[in-house]
This record gives sequence, structure tokens and C-alpha cells, in this order.
Amino acid sequence: MNRSEAKVSEGEGRGVGGGEEGRGVGARVELYEKIWMWGAAGLVVVFIGAVVYTAAAGAVHPPSHVETIDPQTARTDPRFASPGVTERPDGTVEVVLLAQMYAFLPTEIRVPAGRPVTFRMTSPDVIHGFQVVGTNANAMVMPGYVTEFTVTFPQPGEHLIVCNEYCGLGHHVMHGKLVVEGEAP
Amino acid sequence: MSADRSGALPTARTTLEPRVGAPAASPSYRLELANLSVAVAAFGVGAAMAVMQALSRANLALPLRSPGVYYLSVTAHGVLMALVFTTFFIMGLGYVVLRAALGRDLVSERLGWISFWVALAGTAAATAAILSGTSSVLYTFYPPLQAHPAFYIGAALLVVGSWGWCVVMVRTYRHWRRDNPGTAIPLPVHGMLATVIIWLLATVGVAAEVVLLLIPWSLGLRETVDPVLARTLFWWFGHPLVYFWLLPAYVVWYSVLPRVAGGRLFSDPLARLAFVLFILFSTPVGLHHQFLDPGIPAGWKLAHTVSTYVILFPSFLTAFTVIASLEVAGRLKGAAGWFDWITKLPWSDPLYSSVALAMLTFAVGGFGGAVNAAYAMNAMVHNTAWVQGHFHLTVGTAAALTFMGTSYWLLPRLTGKELRFKGAAQVQPYLWFAGMVMFGVVNHVTGIMGMPRRLYEASYVGAEAAARWSEWTAISAVGGVVLFVSAMLYIAVMVGTWLWSKPGAAPAIEFAEPLSPLREDRGVWDRLGLWTILAIALVAIAYFYPIGQLLRTERFGSPGFRPF
Repeated sequence: MNRSEAKVSEGEGRGVGGGEEGRGVGARVELYEKIWMWGAAGLVVVFIGAVVYTAAAGAVHPPSHVETIDPQTARTDPRFASPGVTERPDGTVEVVLLAQMYAFLPTEIRVPAGRPVTFRMTSPDVIHGFQVVGTNANAMVMPGYVTEFTVTFPQPGEHLIVCNEYCGLGHHVMHGKLVVEGEAP
Repeated sequence: MSADRSGALPTARTTLEPRVGAPAASPSYRLELANLSVAVAAFGVGAAMAVMQALSRANLALPLRSPGVYYLSVTAHGVLMALVFTTFFIMGLGYVVLRAALGRDLVSERLGWISFWVALAGTAAATAAILSGTSSVLYTFYPPLQAHPAFYIGAALLVVGSWGWCVVMVRTYRHWRRDNPGTAIPLPVHGMLATVIIWLLATVGVAAEVVLLLIPWSLGLRETVDPVLARTLFWWFGHPLVYFWLLPAYVVWYSVLPRVAGGRLFSDPLARLAFVLFILFSTPVGLHHQFLDPGIPAGWKLAHTVSTYVILFPSFLTAFTVIASLEVAGRLKGAAGWFDWITKLPWSDPLYSSVALAMLTFAVGGFGGAVNAAYAMNAMVHNTAWVQGHFHLTVGTAAALTFMGTSYWLLPRLTGKELRFKGAAQVQPYLWFAGMVMFGVVNHVTGIMGMPRRLYEASYVGAEAAARWSEWTAISAVGGVVLFVSAMLYIAVMVGTWLWSKPGAAPAIEFAEPLSPLREDRGVWDRLGLWTILAIALVAIAYFYPIGQLLRTERFGSPGFRPF
């Protein structure tokens, strides 16, 4: 009902009330507002574009494996009965690991440098985190699910492994060691 | 009616004199004060819990220091600050905004009181469960860590109480709308209603988690719970929770700050657009907290990444509009040149300084959030100290410091009592900022180094990597102590004003006028029903398929564990 009046009053322009000075500020800020809006929208588009491009073209995804397991029998399940490092026929390396209160099993992992290493892990109790300090190997280990992801460690060296999800009163001592062996290719 | 309005408007537009505030018939504000006092009490206890954790970072051999006390205090700090302080403060602020900006009484204030008592009973039950040491599950309460049933039932009652608040808010608005069809919603009310809509959308997830899974499980009526399903429902709630905290802060930034600074709100329509974008995109983003979870396919994680970045945009708009409003304030006070206007702003006013420092902190925290959301880059920071650094800048400062500043502004207006210990109120925001800079910087840096969050002690029996971050953590301990001092000053001002200030005439509660003439009719951004329906559709798209997929998979739940 007030549409026409509203238009008229908009026509009176910005800065009414601020006098000459207010009008000046209003007009200038309005230009900045347009620049900012388009700039911010552009920035958002660049962010989304970068993520979607690397995901689509470089297949860069977070660990998103879908496989379930009964946590109450995980320790004897054939997939996790003998945790450790094994070399597969195709030259890749597989690490089977249990994360439990308050240790990783095995506690020390030795893998070769420069070769893809596939981690497969689960938890027989609460949720844990698996994080190789100084790398981007980082994943949640949840009871009932198998976490799987593949990383290549280019440089030989030693890394601390920490649990980064609160798992009880011993959370802060739950850690392990990753030793990357050999020469960088 | 339209003649009346067009007759009244020019006076409002052509003068910078404060327009007379809300003509509310001198309400007693008892309901508001009840909610705010619970918020302040929760804040005080939460802060006391935090200082002990901060000192733990310096690795001092304090009496009573033990993992049991530490994780209990982390749980209490998180629940009391993030859930209790914020919820009660926002409920109180919401009532004030509606009463003052609509100029009418609340509809069914009785329901408001029932909601208050229900929420308070829930808070008491959950707090007792935490302090008894049987519920050290942290405020995210991920199963299969299992708390005492009173913890979950208390949390559920807090949410039920907040739903009563939502009903009072919506009913009051609808009564006003019936009497004012076709009128634009006052901007602060628009923002508070957006908060209500987001809260209703968000709490569906946590209610399902707590009522269907966790309460029966903790009572032994249900053997097992699937932790991925529970986490998915939790983060359905957990991320929009962030906007539930933030939007009321934005209401203050848009509608109170420019007024206190002596300026005008630069752009009213942009503010409404921002609120509507929050309604649409706050909720379908939760999977960005679960990037590193197994059991959820990558495609849906990517979809939630996109909506997460969209939600950056309204915050960018807010940054511009609010800063432009402040520049207008400075220039109206005669500032010339590029930056002179900054010096003209009332830096000794505790509301102004709180909000300005909160916004500055939020700019940094927001960019940190863009890193967290970056799908693949997230793996560098997930569950590290970076994350606790991030949310202490966002909720712990952008929202909490705004709320503290708002209390300094609000309390005299609600009670007619002048602030006591004004000097303390003036220093407090700067102390908070200084403490948070120390705490925030250290947590971001040590997080990048790989230090996990939520650690009683971070030395890992002398590991080399841990030695590097331990050099830094002492600084965050100092920051924590500074924050504690600031928190206690805030409590002192609140309690001092409440107890030792004589009531007089209360200043009016007034909101900022827009610089350009206000659109008086109801525009597209005011069609909140329509935006709510669209938001529900987006939530359905974002969650129904991934959750359905999860439910169709053969899953094995987990029994409960109480390792505390």
C-alpha cells in the first residue's frame, strides 16, 4: 500500500538527515558497498572453485571409506586379528591398526618412504583420532566402522602419532610412533 | 494509517536527534532479568572451570590437578559457556528486543516463565551430573562415551525450554503482524526471528539424537548406539548452533552499536538479506565437522563444503555494513581524512569497545573458519589446538564479548540502575581481547604444529614434537589468566550493579535508525515463512539422503563406555 510512497522517499536519496556531509558519505560508501559485495562474492566463488577443482581434477578427498564392522568382535575379526605392516603384491604397503584405550596397536609402525601406504583401522571401544604429527595424515577412528586412507610419506624420518579425539582419562598419553625408512625416491 | 505514517516519517529522517525509543508501557522485564541472571551465573562458573585448564597448559603442579578433574572441568566449561550462558542470554535478549522494538508486551509471558523453569531445571540436572564426575563426556558428548542419564535428560529439558521461548517469540510477532499487516519488520526483530528459525531447524537434529538414541541407551533400554549416526545428528545441530550464538550478536552490531556510536545503520536491506541467507544456509553444512569420519561418502562432504562457503558471504556483508555505519558515526562527529573517524568513536564506552573488539577478533576467526571448511586442508587442523583457538575467537569472543558489552548496555535499561565499577567495565573488554590474542595465537600456532585439542597434559613422555609446542603453551596459560581476570571484572560489575546501585529512571532502549529512508512496507526479505520453507527444503536435501544411506547400511552399534 505504501509502495509508491516508499519509491518517492527512496528518490530523496541517501544522507537525508546528515545534511550535505551525510549525503557525501552516503554516496561514497554506496560505491564501496558495491565493490565490497562483488569482491566478497568473488572470493567465495574462488574458495568454492579451488575446493571443487582439486576434488574433481586431483581427486583430493578426505578419508571417506564406507565399511562397517562389529566393534564387540573387532579384535578377533579376520580383518583386524593381526595388526601390523604388510607389503602387498602390487608394491603398496598396508598398515592394519587398532586404536584402543589408550594405545595404538602396533605402537610403532615402520613404512618405506616414497611409496603409497594404505592405513586400515578401527576401534574396539570409544572414538579415537589418528594423527601423524607434521603430516596431513589425520582421521577419526570409530567403533563400528573401518577407516581407510592412503598417504605417501616422501621423506624418511620419525613422527609422533597422537590420538586427537578425547577418549577418557588416559587420552593425553595415547600415542605411537611412525618411522619412515629408506631413501626418498 | 498510511497518511499518518508519511506524516510522521520526515521528522525521523530529517533529524539526527534520537527518536524516542520503544513506547513499551514500562514493562517490568522480570522474565528477561531472570534469564540474564542465569546466563551470568553460568558464565562465572564456566570461567572458574577454564582458569584451571589454562594453568594446566603451563604444566604447574597445582593441588587437585588430575586428569579426572581436568576432563570434568572441560565438560563443565563447554556446557556452561557454549550451551547455558549463550542460550539463557539469547532468550533474555530476544524478549527485550521484541518488547522494545515492537512496543508491546509479550504474548503468553506465562509460557515464558514455564520455559525458563524447565530450562533451568534441565541445566541444574546436567550440571549436577557433570560435577558428580559421572558425565565427563565433554560438551559434544560423542557416544560411545556414556554420561549419566541426568546429563542427557537435563540437556533435553534445556532444549525443550528454549522451544517454549521460540513459541513466545513467534506468537508475539504474529500478534504484532496481525495489527500491522504489510509493515516492515523492525530490523532487530527480523534478526531475532531469524535466530528463532535457525534454532528450531537445528534442534531437530540434537533432539533426535538425545531422545531417540542417547537417553534410552543410558537408561539401559537400548543396547548399542551407532556413533556415526549420533555424530551426524549432533552436527546437524552443532553448526547452526554457531549461528544461534552469532545472529543475536549481529542484531546488536546492526541495531545497537551504530546508535551507541552516534551514527546510523548504513544499509537496512543488506542486513535483512544477510539474515535471510543465514536462515537458508546455517543448517545444511554440518558434515564439514565430519570430513575425517568414516562411513560418510565424500560427495556429501563436498556438498556441505559448498554451502559452508556460501555462509561466509552474509558475514562479509555484515562486516561492511557495520563498519560503514561506524564511519558514518565518526564523520557525523566531524572526522576528516581516511582514518580520523576511528578516533572519533566512543572507545571508552564498554558496549562500543566490546563490540568493536569482538568484530576485530571475528574477522580473524572467520578466515580461520574458511581454512577449517577447506575440505582437504581441514586434515591439517582437524581436532588440533587450532580448532579450540578458532572457536574461542568466534563464539568465545565475537559472541561472548558482544554479550558482555550488551549486558553493560542492557542492565541499566532493564533495572534503572546505573552501572557500578564503571572503570572495571571500561577495562574489561580490552583485557578480554588481550587475553584472547595470547590464547588464540598460541592455539592456532600449536595446532599447526600438530598439538591435539583437549589435552590434560601435552608432553607425550618427552617426544621431540611435543617439546616444540610446550614452549608456546605457557603463553596461552598467561592468556587464560588474563581472560579469567576479565571475566571476574564482568561478574563484579554485574553483581555490583544489581546489589549496590539504587534504581532511578531507566534510559530508553533505542535502536539505530537507517541512514537511507526505511522501506516501510513488507519487502521480500520479510517473507520469513517463505524463507523457512526453503530452508527446510535445503536441510532435507542435505541430510535425508546421507542419513537414509547410513540407515540402509548394515551397522553395528557400540555399547557404552565410562572411562572417567
